[in-house]
Amino acid sequence: MKDAAPPELDTLIACPKCDALYRVGVVNKGDRARCERCHTRLFTRRRDAGLVIITTAFASAVLVIAALFLPFIEIRRLGFSNAATIVDAALAFYGGPLFGLSLAVIALIIALPLTRLVLTIYTLTPLVLDRKPWPGAKRAFRFSEAMRPWSMAEIFVVGCAVSLIKLTDLARVEIGPAFWMFVAVVVLMAVQNMVMCRWSVWKALDR
Amino acid sequence: MTVTARDKGLVACRECARVWPVGHAQCGVCGNALRSRDTQSLQKVWAWWIAGIIAYIPANLYPMLTTRTLFHTSEDTIIAGALDLAAHGSFGIAAIILIASVVIPLGKFFAIAYLALAVRQGARWPPGRQYVLYEVVEYIGRWSMIDVFVVAILCSLVQLNVAASITPGIAALTFALSVIFTMLSAQSLDPRLIWDRIETQDTKDPA
Ligand SMILES: [Zn+2]
Repeated sequence: MKDAAPPELDTLIACPKCDALYRVGVVNKGDRARCERCHTRLFTRRRDAGLVIITTAFASAVLVIAALFLPFIEIRRLGFSNAATIVDAALAFYGGPLFGLSLAVIALIIALPLTRLVLTIYTLTPLVLDRKPWPGAKRAFRFSEAMRPWSMAEIFVVGCAVSLIKLTDLARVEIGPAFWMFVAVVVLMAVQNMVMCRWSVWKALDR
Repeated sequence: MTVTARDKGLVACRECARVWPVGHAQCGVCGNALRSRDTQSLQKVWAWWIAGIIAYIPANLYPMLTTRTLFHTSEDTIIAGALDLAAHGSFGIAAIILIASVVIPLGKFFAIAYLALAVRQGARWPPGRQYVLYEVVEYIGRWSMIDVFVVAILCSLVQLNVAASITPGIAALTFALSVIFTMLSAQSLDPRLIWDRIETQDTKDPA
């Protein structure tokens, strides 16, 4: 089923956004290229990219899991107080006609970001150690890339900030530790996105 | 003039940027399905686009959330909620909500429709500018979800017994669906179709 590419096609690269075809010679560390026509990033070979991605992914995963159980906002009004964790926010629509929305929110802000982090670590660890890819690595990486637009941790963080300001009218508001942990996760994920080069990963997975 | 993979009788993989001889059905590197152009692209775009509009209408007519305090209860639609915030002097937040929940979704519907029509019938904008619009839609579309997260946060947090409580309305669900449908609509558009027009135009030029 899987036949090898004719060797002369090995040196070609097509822009995934506009189909422009390029010939690539030897790609060295530090080289980068963009499509001349639509400026889509074709590849970015950074030194130690794999190591940076694994470290930040690992740190992010630990932070996300820890943040799940800590309050991210606390409010007080007329002697009543309440603190909400991220799980509480995700379950806000639980029990009622909006049950489905709860599942969607859990997926978008917790499950998918976490899954992507785990899959990234799974795919890249053997590559960084110069080993053979672990079984299913290709499928794992493909799934992780497909889920990229659906992982919305950063949008949730901005949503928190908006809610904070919205609530100042109604009650006294305090920011909890989980909020700052999520902010850190967003920064770490942005670093990963910047350093990750899809083309290089596929090249390495195909060896 | 740019040479595309299709010009050379090749089909490019949109996942890993490798090229294969035409007729290959599956990428031998990453396992992705290969299509030179997604011929059903426009059908899928329009199907999700219509679903998105249908979900967006009730999202504006029904309340997004219900706020109960000691003295009064209010049911707020998206626009009423934003106007209420502005009336209380929170112009910044009102602007964020209006932009994320009204300007961006409406702009997205127009933009996707314009691009889909342009692929079929041509348009005054050159492909380069159309592609920028496509990238903006892809990047910004996800951010509309912010209002759903704000509702989730507010509802989980503001449960202060008699002092104040906020419960979600049905519009939160239909709004979330509308965002998801329009994201799928934008993702269904094969961006290579945008660039194909430049080639046909160029080759038809007598000069
Ligand atoms: Zn491929």
